[in-house]
Amino acid sequence: MRSEAAIIPLRDPAALPRLGLTLLIVVLLWPGFTLAEFDLGVLFDPRNREIMGKFLGTFFPLELSADFLRLLLKSTLETLAIATAGMTIAMAVALPLSFMVTRSLSISRIGPGPGRWSGRAARVPPRFTLMFFRSIPEILWALLFVRAVGLGPAAGVLAIGITYGGMLGKVYSEIFESGDTRPAVALLETGSGRLAAFGYGMWPVALPEIVSYTVYRWECAVRASVIMGFVGAGGLGQQMELSMRMLSGGEVSTILLVFLLLVVLADTVSALLRKVTA
Amino acid sequence: MRRAHALVVMLLLLAAWASFAYLALDFGQLFSAEAGAQMVKYVVSFFPPDLSADYLAQTWRGTLETIAISAIGTLLAAVLGLLLALPASGRFGIVPRVIARLVLNFLRSIPELVWAALMVFAAGLGPFAGTLALAWHTTGVIGRLFAETLENAPPEPARALRFSGSRPALAFLYGTMPGVVPQLVAYSLYRWEINIRMAAILGFVGAGGLGQMLYMSLSLFQQPQAMTIILAMLALVALVDAASAWLRQHLVD
Repeated sequence: MRSEAAIIPLRDPAALPRLGLTLLIVVLLWPGFTLAEFDLGVLFDPRNREIMGKFLGTFFPLELSADFLRLLLKSTLETLAIATAGMTIAMAVALPLSFMVTRSLSISRIGPGPGRWSGRAARVPPRFTLMFFRSIPEILWALLFVRAVGLGPAAGVLAIGITYGGMLGKVYSEIFESGDTRPAVALLETGSGRLAAFGYGMWPVALPEIVSYTVYRWECAVRASVIMGFVGAGGLGQQMELSMRMLSGGEVSTILLVFLLLVVLADTVSALLRKVTA
Repeated sequence: MRRAHALVVMLLLLAAWASFAYLALDFGQLFSAEAGAQMVKYVVSFFPPDLSADYLAQTWRGTLETIAISAIGTLLAAVLGLLLALPASGRFGIVPRVIARLVLNFLRSIPELVWAALMVFAAGLGPFAGTLALAWHTTGVIGRLFAETLENAPPEPARALRFSGSRPALAFLYGTMPGVVPQLVAYSLYRWEINIRMAAILGFVGAGGLGQMLYMSLSLFQQPQAMTIILAMLALVALVDAASAWLRQHLVD
């Protein structure tokens, strides 16, 4: 044992490469610190500290006056309504589009014949629409809709409807494809129409997964609709933005608490719904 | 089971109807010819995007700023996350574990955008507020992932070092860390990818980067400039997607 211990170097043999790698990363990231205006001193700047200190100081006690709670209940319901209405629109967008882009439902794919290429070309525009809808984040859609249709929940509903429509459409078509497509294809091959093949061959197979994914997305939509309020799209977020602007910390902390409760609630409801429908 | 399904469908329809009723959305007015024409006019005003050299240079700077915010925010989060993950993985007993988990849960449950709005008060308008906001939220996410990694790491190497007389800190550094570092790096890179997307948006509340530029140009009704920034955002996200897909394919296997 003793002789072996003498052979093992006392220093860490990997120290040098590790040091080199660390240095390399630091050098690469160094301009980032300047670009991000990284300056911890700002946090201790007396003026900033005074504002923040005052603001944080007002976080407690919570604002629990009846008037404010009534206002909060209204915006909470508004947030839930925005998420739900937005999801309804999203499904209305996603179902027809996903029906259009699902390859297994293509009649022209079945056999040799005309229309194979035109059928494939026809699937491109809806696929592109779905991609366009979901590649712009919902809060950016909300910002644009606030400018187009004015402040308020309508912008939030439209933003969720479009972004989530794009996401749902893509996932729906993936669910249709990944499930057992043989019933639908068999129906098509024996001469049934596209819609009938979808309704009797594909929809029943895919339904549980569709429901569970949609419910999960609804949960995300609740969170998103709070966030979107920050750009003026109604609901709890807009209220939080207002309270922050007025530096009333008690209101902010109450709203944060309600937000956390809402997220937990949406989580529970969504888990429950998925269990019931699974 | 069939009846439960019918009940759920009825409830969902009712919820959807109630939502539209509660919001009192006037879709007739929203989709009227007049509103439609106005909407089309607004959309058309975004084209063509402003591609003058001067503005492109500004957008480039904004893009770099966005990347810097996400990178530094993620780096800070990785360091803080590891520091919190040590107690959260139960290394120092049950009480620090519960406290650290509570802190991580708190950091994580407040969304980035809310953190950003708060940090604008603490650090002023600009990219630093965005960096801090990302750092707080990401610490919560990453800390929990790190803690789980540490908990799942095999204890034998560190134990062997301890039994042969090494100090606890060194046993951790040489017994546990080498095994978990790849996983920690993978988690950090994965969060960085998400944070680049987030950093582009955080600016809406004044936290720097492309988002702040976009918010300002939209407020000043400079739609062509806004279009340039939207295109830059889409390009950035597409690039990150492609890069991460490529890296995953070539590095992971």
